[in-house]
Amino acid sequence: MDKTFRAVPIAKDIYWVGAIDWTIRNFHGYATHRGTTYNAYLALGEKPILFDTVKRPHMDELLERISSVIDPKDISYIVSNHSEMDHSGSLPEVMELVKPEATFASVMGQKALAAHFGVTDGVTAVKDGERRTLGNREVLFLEARMLHWPDSMFSYLGDKKILFSNDAFGMHLASHERFADELPPAVLEYEAKKYYANILLPYSNLVTKLLERVGKSGLEFSMIAPDHGPVWRRSDDISKITGLWHAWSLQAPQKKAVVLYDTMWNSTERMARAVSEGLADGGIHTVVMSMESSHRSDVATEVLDAGAIVAGSPTLNNNMFPTMADVLTYLKGLRPRNLVGAAFGSYGWGGEAVGQVEAMLEEMKVEPAGEQVRVQYVPTQEDLARCREFGRNIAAKLVQFCETV
Amino acid sequence: MQKYVCDVCGYVYDPAVGDEDNGVAAGTAFEDIPDDWVCPVCGAAKDAFSPME
Repeated sequence: MDKTFRAVPIAKDIYWVGAIDWTIRNFHGYATHRGTTYNAYLALGEKPILFDTVKRPHMDELLERISSVIDPKDISYIVSNHSEMDHSGSLPEVMELVKPEATFASVMGQKALAAHFGVTDGVTAVKDGERRTLGNREVLFLEARMLHWPDSMFSYLGDKKILFSNDAFGMHLASHERFADELPPAVLEYEAKKYYANILLPYSNLVTKLLERVGKSGLEFSMIAPDHGPVWRRSDDISKITGLWHAWSLQAPQKKAVVLYDTMWNSTERMARAVSEGLADGGIHTVVMSMESSHRSDVATEVLDAGAIVAGSPTLNNNMFPTMADVLTYLKGLRPRNLVGAAFGSYGWGGEAVGQVEAMLEEMKVEPAGEQVRVQYVPTQEDLARCREFGRNIAAKLVQFCETV
Repeated sequence: MQKYVCDVCGYVYDPAVGDEDNGVAAGTAFEDIPDDWVCPVCGAAKDAFSPME
Protein backbone atom coordinates (compact mmCIF):
# COMPACT_ATOMS: atom_id res chain seq x y z
CA MET A 1 0.00 0.00 0.00
CA ASP A 2 1.25 3.47 -0.87
CA LYS A 3 2.50 5.48 2.07
CA THR A 4 0.87 8.82 2.87
CA PHE A 5 4.01 10.05 4.60
CA ARG A 6 7.20 9.46 2.59
CA ALA A 7 10.86 10.04 3.10
CA VAL A 8 12.20 13.12 1.30
CA PRO A 9 15.66 12.75 -0.26
CA ILE A 10 18.04 15.57 0.67
CA ALA A 11 21.18 13.98 -0.87
CA LYS A 12 21.98 10.62 -2.46
CA ASP A 13 20.88 7.95 0.06
CA ILE A 14 20.17 10.58 2.73
CA TYR A 15 16.54 11.20 3.62
CA TRP A 16 14.52 13.54 5.80
CA VAL A 17 12.12 11.34 7.78
CA GLY A 18 10.77 13.84 10.31
CA ALA A 19 7.32 15.17 11.13
CA ILE A 20 5.50 18.42 10.36
CA ASP A 21 3.59 19.96 13.27
CA TRP A 22 1.28 22.47 11.62
CA THR A 23 -0.82 23.21 14.70
CA ILE A 24 1.53 23.81 17.64
CA ARG A 25 1.37 27.41 18.86
CA ASN A 26 2.82 27.08 22.36
CA PHE A 27 6.21 25.43 22.49
CA HIS A 28 7.07 25.46 26.21
CA GLY A 29 6.11 29.10 26.47
CA TYR A 30 7.49 30.14 23.07
CA ALA A 31 4.75 31.24 20.64
CA THR A 32 5.28 29.21 17.48
CA HIS A 33 3.05 31.24 15.16
CA ARG A 34 4.11 29.20 12.14
CA GLY A 35 4.18 25.72 13.70
CA THR A 36 7.35 23.65 13.52
CA THR A 37 8.97 20.49 12.23
CA TYR A 38 10.77 17.78 14.16
CA ASN A 39 13.49 16.67 11.77
CA ALA A 40 14.99 13.21 11.77
CA TYR A 41 17.37 11.99 9.09
CA LEU A 42 18.09 8.56 7.69
CA ALA A 43 21.41 7.68 6.04
CA LEU A 44 21.17 4.50 3.99
CA GLY A 45 24.27 2.37 3.42
CA GLU A 46 25.81 -0.89 4.58
CA LYS A 47 24.65 0.04 8.09
CA PRO A 48 21.68 2.42 7.98
CA ILE A 49 21.82 5.23 10.54
CA LEU A 50 18.91 7.21 11.99
CA PHE A 51 19.79 10.66 13.30
CA ASP A 52 17.31 11.66 16.04
CA THR A 53 13.62 10.86 16.34
CA VAL A 54 10.56 13.08 16.82
CA LYS A 55 8.18 14.20 19.54
CA ARG A 56 6.18 11.21 20.76
CA PRO A 57 2.75 12.09 19.26
CA HIS A 58 4.38 12.19 15.81
CA MET A 59 6.08 8.79 15.97
CA ASP A 60 3.75 7.16 13.44
CA GLU A 61 4.67 9.80 10.87
CA LEU A 62 8.38 9.15 11.47
CA LEU A 63 7.97 5.38 11.11
CA GLU A 64 5.85 5.67 7.97
CA ARG A 65 8.39 7.94 6.31
CA ILE A 66 11.19 5.51 7.21
CA SER A 67 9.10 2.58 5.96
CA SER A 68 8.72 4.24 2.55
CA VAL A 69 12.42 3.53 1.86
CA ILE A 70 13.53 0.82 4.31
CA ASP A 71 12.15 -1.58 6.90
CA PRO A 72 12.78 0.29 10.19
CA LYS A 73 14.16 -2.96 11.61
CA ASP A 74 17.05 -2.71 9.13
CA ILE A 75 18.37 0.42 10.86
CA SER A 76 21.74 -0.49 12.41
CA TYR A 77 22.48 2.64 14.45
CA ILE A 78 20.62 5.52 16.04
CA VAL A 79 22.25 8.81 16.96
CA SER A 80 20.58 10.89 19.67
CA ASN A 81 22.02 14.39 19.31
CA HIS A 82 19.78 15.90 22.00
CA SER A 83 17.67 14.42 24.80
CA GLU A 84 14.93 17.04 24.80
CA MET A 85 11.63 15.29 24.21
CA ASP A 86 10.80 16.93 20.89
CA HIS A 87 13.69 14.85 19.49
CA SER A 88 13.87 11.92 21.87
CA GLY A 89 10.22 11.34 22.78
CA SER A 90 9.93 8.46 20.30
CA LEU A 91 13.42 7.12 20.99
CA PRO A 92 12.63 4.43 23.59
CA GLU A 93 9.91 2.89 21.41
CA VAL A 94 11.94 3.22 18.21
CA MET A 95 14.89 1.52 19.97
CA GLU A 96 12.54 -1.26 21.07
CA LEU A 97 11.26 -1.74 17.51
CA VAL A 98 14.58 -1.36 15.66
CA LYS A 99 16.87 -3.09 18.16
CA PRO A 100 19.89 -1.19 16.81
CA GLU A 101 23.45 -2.43 17.29
CA ALA A 102 24.07 0.80 19.19
CA THR A 103 22.45 4.13 20.04
CA PHE A 104 24.98 6.93 20.35
CA ALA A 105 24.63 9.98 22.61
CA SER A 106 27.03 12.40 24.26
CA VAL A 107 28.26 11.63 27.77
CA MET A 108 25.68 14.04 29.19
CA GLY A 109 23.11 12.72 26.72
CA GLN A 110 23.50 9.21 28.09
CA LYS A 111 22.70 10.54 31.56
CA ALA A 112 19.79 12.66 30.31
CA LEU A 113 18.20 9.74 28.42
CA ALA A 114 18.39 7.67 31.59
CA ALA A 115 16.79 10.51 33.58
CA HIS A 116 14.00 11.03 31.03
CA PHE A 117 13.06 7.50 30.10
CA GLY A 118 14.99 5.15 32.35
CA VAL A 119 16.79 4.02 29.19
CA THR A 120 20.19 2.72 30.20
CA ASP A 121 20.81 -0.40 28.10
CA GLY A 122 22.07 0.06 24.58
CA VAL A 123 23.10 3.72 24.83
CA THR A 124 26.77 4.25 24.02
CA ALA A 125 28.37 7.53 25.12
CA VAL A 126 30.64 9.16 22.55
CA LYS A 127 33.26 11.77 23.38
CA ASP A 128 33.79 15.16 21.80
CA GLY A 129 35.73 14.71 18.57
CA GLU A 130 35.20 10.94 18.45
CA ARG A 131 35.00 9.39 14.98
CA ARG A 132 33.12 6.19 14.31
CA THR A 133 33.13 4.14 11.13
CA LEU A 134 29.59 2.86 10.75
CA GLY A 135 29.42 0.50 7.77
CA ASN A 136 30.58 2.49 4.75
CA ARG A 137 30.04 5.83 6.51
CA GLU A 138 32.06 7.87 8.93
CA VAL A 139 30.45 9.98 11.64
CA LEU A 140 32.28 12.60 13.67
CA PHE A 141 30.63 13.57 16.97
CA LEU A 142 31.05 17.11 18.27
CA GLU A 143 29.86 18.17 21.70
CA ALA A 144 27.88 21.39 21.71
CA ARG A 145 27.40 21.72 25.44
CA MET A 146 24.78 24.27 26.47
CA LEU A 147 23.81 24.88 22.88
CA HIS A 148 21.37 24.66 24.32
CA TRP A 149 21.40 21.81 26.87
CA PRO A 150 24.35 20.09 28.59
CA ASP A 151 23.85 17.05 26.34
CA SER A 152 23.61 18.86 22.99
CA MET A 153 25.72 17.29 20.27
CA PHE A 154 26.31 17.69 16.53
CA SER A 155 26.99 14.79 14.17
CA TYR A 156 29.03 15.28 11.01
CA LEU A 157 28.59 12.76 8.24
CA GLY A 158 32.12 12.88 6.86
CA ASP A 159 31.60 11.23 3.47
CA LYS A 160 28.74 13.60 2.64
CA LYS A 161 30.01 16.67 4.51
CA ILE A 162 26.58 17.07 6.12
CA LEU A 163 26.33 18.56 9.60
CA PHE A 164 23.34 17.32 11.59
CA SER A 165 23.30 20.31 13.90
CA ASN A 166 20.35 19.43 16.10
CA ASP A 167 18.77 22.65 17.44
CA ALA A 168 21.56 24.89 16.16
CA PHE A 169 20.74 26.90 13.03
CA GLY A 170 17.12 25.78 13.30
CA MET A 171 13.79 27.56 13.55
CA HIS A 172 10.17 26.82 14.27
CA LEU A 173 8.60 26.83 10.82
CA ALA A 174 6.22 24.19 9.49
CA SER A 175 6.57 23.63 5.75
CA HIS A 176 6.68 20.96 3.08
CA GLU A 177 9.70 22.68 1.58
CA ARG A 178 12.77 20.95 3.02
CA PHE A 179 15.37 23.48 1.88
CA ALA A 180 15.86 27.07 2.97
CA ASP A 181 16.30 28.25 -0.62
CA GLU A 182 12.70 27.22 -1.33
CA LEU A 183 11.26 29.53 1.33
CA PRO A 184 10.88 33.35 1.61
CA PRO A 185 14.16 34.82 2.98
CA ALA A 186 12.39 37.37 5.21
CA VAL A 187 10.39 34.62 6.92
CA LEU A 188 13.53 32.52 7.43
CA GLU A 189 15.48 35.41 8.88
CA TYR A 190 12.67 36.35 11.27
CA GLU A 191 12.05 32.81 12.50
CA ALA A 192 15.80 32.07 12.83
CA LYS A 193 16.17 35.28 14.82
CA LYS A 194 13.23 34.38 17.03
CA TYR A 195 14.70 30.94 17.67
CA TYR A 196 18.10 32.38 18.55
CA ALA A 197 16.60 35.05 20.84
CA ASN A 198 14.44 32.60 22.76
CA ILE A 199 16.66 29.53 22.93
CA LEU A 200 20.32 30.44 22.43
CA LEU A 201 20.69 33.98 23.71
CA PRO A 202 21.86 33.06 27.25
CA TYR A 203 24.71 31.03 25.75
CA SER A 204 25.91 33.62 23.27
CA ASN A 205 29.51 33.49 24.49
CA LEU A 206 29.56 29.78 23.71
CA VAL A 207 28.02 30.39 20.29
CA THR A 208 30.81 32.84 19.44
CA LYS A 209 33.41 30.29 20.57
CA LEU A 210 31.77 27.41 18.73
CA LEU A 211 31.68 29.31 15.44
CA GLU A 212 35.35 30.18 15.84
CA ARG A 213 36.17 26.56 16.64
CA VAL A 214 34.29 25.31 13.59
CA GLY A 215 35.99 27.94 11.43
CA LYS A 216 39.40 26.73 12.55
CA SER A 217 38.52 23.02 12.29
CA GLY A 218 38.76 23.03 8.50
CA LEU A 219 35.50 21.08 8.28
CA GLU A 220 33.63 21.73 5.05
CA PHE A 221 29.86 21.70 4.90
CA SER A 222 27.79 20.72 1.90
CA MET A 223 24.70 21.06 4.06
CA ILE A 224 23.64 22.03 7.56
CA ALA A 225 20.64 19.96 8.57
CA PRO A 226 19.01 21.16 11.81
CA ASP A 227 16.26 19.41 13.77
CA HIS A 228 13.67 22.19 13.29
CA GLY A 229 12.87 24.02 10.07
CA PRO A 230 14.60 23.79 6.69
CA VAL A 231 17.99 22.42 5.64
CA TRP A 232 20.66 24.90 4.51
CA ARG A 233 22.29 23.56 1.32
CA ARG A 234 23.49 26.54 -0.72
CA SER A 235 26.88 27.83 0.29
CA ASP A 236 25.58 31.42 0.42
CA ASP A 237 22.73 30.30 2.68
CA ILE A 238 25.16 28.44 4.96
CA SER A 239 27.32 31.59 5.17
CA LYS A 240 24.26 33.68 5.82
CA ILE A 241 22.86 31.67 8.73
CA THR A 242 26.25 31.20 10.39
CA GLY A 243 26.98 34.92 9.86
CA LEU A 244 23.68 35.90 11.44
CA TRP A 245 24.38 33.64 14.42
CA HIS A 246 27.78 35.23 14.83
CA ALA A 247 26.31 38.74 14.76
CA TRP A 248 23.53 37.83 17.20
CA SER A 249 26.01 36.19 19.57
CA LEU A 250 28.00 39.44 19.79
CA GLN A 251 24.90 41.49 20.71
CA ALA A 252 26.35 44.78 19.55
CA PRO A 253 23.83 47.47 20.56
CA GLN A 254 21.89 49.09 17.75
CA LYS A 255 19.88 52.28 17.54
CA LYS A 256 16.69 50.45 18.30
CA ALA A 257 14.50 50.60 21.40
CA VAL A 258 11.74 48.36 22.66
CA VAL A 259 9.10 50.09 24.76
CA LEU A 260 7.15 47.44 26.61
CA TYR A 261 4.31 48.11 28.98
CA ASP A 262 0.95 47.06 30.28
CA THR A 263 -1.84 49.32 31.36
CA MET A 264 -5.00 49.31 33.48
CA TRP A 265 -6.82 52.57 32.63
CA ASN A 266 -4.66 53.61 29.65
CA SER A 267 -2.48 56.01 31.65
CA THR A 268 0.72 53.94 31.38
CA GLU A 269 -0.17 53.32 27.74
CA ARG A 270 -0.38 57.04 27.03
CA MET A 271 2.97 57.48 28.74
CA ALA A 272 4.43 54.67 26.59
CA ARG A 273 3.22 56.39 23.42
CA ALA A 274 4.79 59.68 24.51
CA VAL A 275 8.08 57.97 25.43
CA SER A 276 8.19 56.31 22.00
CA GLU A 277 7.60 59.68 20.28
CA GLY A 278 10.64 61.03 22.09
CA LEU A 279 12.79 58.02 21.20
CA ALA A 280 11.80 58.21 17.53
CA ASP A 281 12.44 61.94 17.52
CA GLY A 282 15.94 61.15 18.79
CA GLY A 283 16.60 58.96 15.73
CA ILE A 284 15.90 55.61 17.34
CA HIS A 285 13.95 52.87 15.59
CA THR A 286 11.32 52.20 18.25
CA VAL A 287 8.98 49.24 18.68
CA VAL A 288 6.09 49.61 21.13
CA MET A 289 4.76 46.40 22.63
CA SER A 290 1.75 46.14 24.92
CA MET A 291 1.92 43.01 27.05
CA GLU A 292 -1.82 42.65 26.66
CA SER A 293 -1.31 41.88 22.98
CA SER A 294 2.33 40.75 22.70
CA HIS A 295 3.81 37.40 23.58
CA ARG A 296 6.93 37.31 25.73
CA SER A 297 8.77 35.36 23.02
CA ASP A 298 7.99 38.08 20.45
CA VAL A 299 9.35 40.69 22.86
CA ALA A 300 12.58 38.66 23.23
CA THR A 301 12.89 38.60 19.44
CA GLU A 302 12.68 42.39 19.23
CA VAL A 303 15.10 42.83 22.15
CA LEU A 304 17.77 40.66 20.44
CA ASP A 305 18.94 43.43 18.12
CA ALA A 306 17.86 46.40 20.27
CA GLY A 307 20.08 48.71 22.32
CA ALA A 308 17.45 49.98 24.75
CA ILE A 309 14.61 48.53 26.75
CA VAL A 310 12.13 50.95 28.29
CA ALA A 311 9.58 49.29 30.54
CA GLY A 312 6.36 50.72 31.89
CA SER A 313 4.14 49.27 34.57
CA PRO A 314 1.12 50.43 36.51
CA THR A 315 1.14 49.64 40.22
CA LEU A 316 -1.41 46.99 41.15
CA ASN A 317 -1.83 46.36 44.88
CA ASN A 318 1.69 47.63 45.60
CA ASN A 319 3.29 45.43 42.95
CA MET A 320 4.27 45.60 39.32
CA PHE A 321 1.60 44.41 36.92
CA PRO A 322 1.77 40.59 36.58
CA THR A 323 2.33 40.59 32.80
CA MET A 324 5.35 42.85 33.30
CA ALA A 325 6.76 40.51 35.93
CA ASP A 326 6.27 37.69 33.41
CA VAL A 327 8.10 39.31 30.52
CA LEU A 328 10.90 40.77 32.66
CA THR A 329 11.49 37.42 34.41
CA TYR A 330 11.62 35.77 31.00
CA LEU A 331 14.02 38.37 29.56
CA LYS A 332 16.25 38.19 32.65
CA GLY A 333 16.70 34.47 32.08
CA LEU A 334 17.71 35.07 28.47
CA ARG A 335 20.53 37.32 29.68
CA PRO A 336 20.53 39.95 26.94
CA ARG A 337 23.66 42.12 27.05
CA ASN A 338 24.67 45.62 25.98
CA LEU A 339 21.42 47.37 26.75
CA VAL A 340 20.51 50.70 28.28
CA GLY A 341 17.09 51.15 29.84
CA ALA A 342 14.69 52.94 32.12
CA ALA A 343 11.29 52.53 33.77
CA PHE A 344 8.06 54.48 33.91
CA GLY A 345 4.44 54.05 34.96
CA SER A 346 1.24 55.41 36.36
CA TYR A 347 -0.13 54.67 39.80
CA GLY A 348 -2.97 55.58 42.13
CA TRP A 349 -1.28 55.29 45.50
CA GLY A 350 1.89 53.52 46.60
CA GLY A 351 3.51 53.54 43.14
CA GLU A 352 6.01 50.80 43.96
CA ALA A 353 5.93 49.16 40.51
CA VAL A 354 8.31 51.55 38.75
CA GLY A 355 11.02 50.99 41.36
CA GLN A 356 10.48 47.25 41.11
CA VAL A 357 10.89 47.40 37.33
CA GLU A 358 14.08 49.43 37.78
CA ALA A 359 15.42 46.84 40.23
CA MET A 360 14.68 44.12 37.70
CA LEU A 361 16.50 46.03 34.94
CA GLU A 362 19.47 46.42 37.27
CA GLU A 363 19.50 42.66 37.92
CA MET A 364 19.54 42.22 34.15
CA LYS A 365 22.67 44.44 34.02
CA VAL A 366 20.84 47.02 31.92
CA GLU A 367 22.68 50.32 32.11
CA PRO A 368 20.42 53.09 33.53
CA ALA A 369 19.52 55.61 30.84
CA GLY A 370 17.47 58.07 32.84
CA GLU A 371 15.55 58.86 35.99
CA GLN A 372 12.24 57.02 36.25
CA VAL A 373 9.03 58.82 35.36
CA ARG A 374 5.97 58.25 37.53
CA VAL A 375 2.54 59.82 37.16
CA GLN A 376 -0.28 59.68 39.68
CA TYR A 377 -3.58 58.56 38.15
CA VAL A 378 -3.88 60.22 34.72
CA PRO A 379 -1.06 61.99 32.84
CA THR A 380 -1.56 65.69 32.10
CA GLN A 381 -0.17 67.33 28.94
CA GLU A 382 2.80 68.39 31.07
CA ASP A 383 3.35 64.82 32.22
CA LEU A 384 3.25 63.58 28.63
CA ALA A 385 5.75 66.27 27.62
CA ARG A 386 7.95 64.95 30.44
CA CYS A 387 7.60 61.41 29.04
CA ARG A 388 8.52 62.62 25.57
CA GLU A 389 11.60 64.35 26.97
CA PHE A 390 12.45 61.16 28.90
CA GLY A 391 12.35 59.29 25.56
CA ARG A 392 14.56 61.89 23.90
CA ASN A 393 17.11 61.61 26.68
CA ILE A 394 17.20 57.82 26.43
CA ALA A 395 17.71 58.21 22.66
CA ALA A 396 20.71 60.46 23.25
CA LYS A 397 22.14 58.04 25.77
CA LEU A 398 21.68 55.13 23.36
CA VAL A 399 23.37 56.93 20.48
CA GLN A 400 26.34 57.57 22.78
CA PHE A 401 26.25 53.97 24.08
CA CYS A 402 26.36 52.55 20.53
CA GLU A 403 29.56 54.50 19.89
CA THR A 404 31.32 53.28 23.02
CA VAL A 405 30.37 49.56 23.14
CA MET B 1 35.59 27.65 51.85
CA GLN B 2 34.23 29.87 49.07
CA LYS B 3 31.77 28.30 46.65
CA TYR B 4 31.90 29.27 42.97
CA VAL B 5 29.06 29.40 40.47
CA CYS B 6 29.27 28.74 36.74
CA ASP B 7 28.08 31.85 34.89
CA VAL B 8 26.95 29.73 31.94
CA CYS B 9 24.74 27.07 33.48
CA GLY B 10 24.47 27.87 37.18
CA TYR B 11 26.38 24.81 38.47
CA VAL B 12 27.84 25.46 41.92
CA TYR B 13 31.31 24.19 42.78
CA ASP B 14 31.33 23.35 46.47
CA PRO B 15 34.88 22.72 47.78
CA ALA B 16 33.46 20.50 50.53
CA VAL B 17 32.15 18.14 47.83
CA GLY B 18 34.73 18.61 45.07
CA ASP B 19 34.15 17.05 41.63
CA GLU B 20 35.21 13.45 42.22
CA ASP B 21 34.03 12.29 38.76
CA ASN B 22 36.64 14.55 37.20
CA GLY B 23 39.49 13.99 39.60
CA VAL B 24 38.92 16.87 42.01
CA ALA B 25 38.93 15.56 45.55
CA ALA B 26 36.58 16.82 48.24
CA GLY B 27 38.24 19.63 50.17
CA THR B 28 39.92 21.18 47.11
CA ALA B 29 39.66 24.98 47.07
CA PHE B 30 38.47 26.42 43.75
CA GLU B 31 41.83 28.18 43.30
CA ASP B 32 43.64 24.82 43.55
CA ILE B 33 41.65 23.10 40.80
CA PRO B 34 43.82 22.55 37.66
CA ASP B 35 43.34 25.25 35.01
CA ASP B 36 42.22 22.74 32.40
CA TRP B 37 39.27 21.63 34.55
CA VAL B 38 35.92 22.51 33.04
CA CYS B 39 32.39 22.79 34.42
CA PRO B 40 31.14 19.20 34.79
CA VAL B 41 27.67 20.21 33.59
CA CYS B 42 28.26 22.50 30.64
CA GLY B 43 31.96 22.37 29.83
CA ALA B 44 32.62 26.07 30.50
CA ALA B 45 36.24 26.96 31.32
CA LYS B 46 37.37 27.75 34.86
CA ASP B 47 37.40 31.48 34.11
CA ALA B 48 33.63 31.37 33.54
CA PHE B 49 33.12 30.90 37.30
CA SER B 50 32.39 33.65 39.81
CA PRO B 51 32.50 33.58 43.61
CA MET B 52 29.06 32.79 44.96
CA GLU B 53 27.49 35.68 46.82
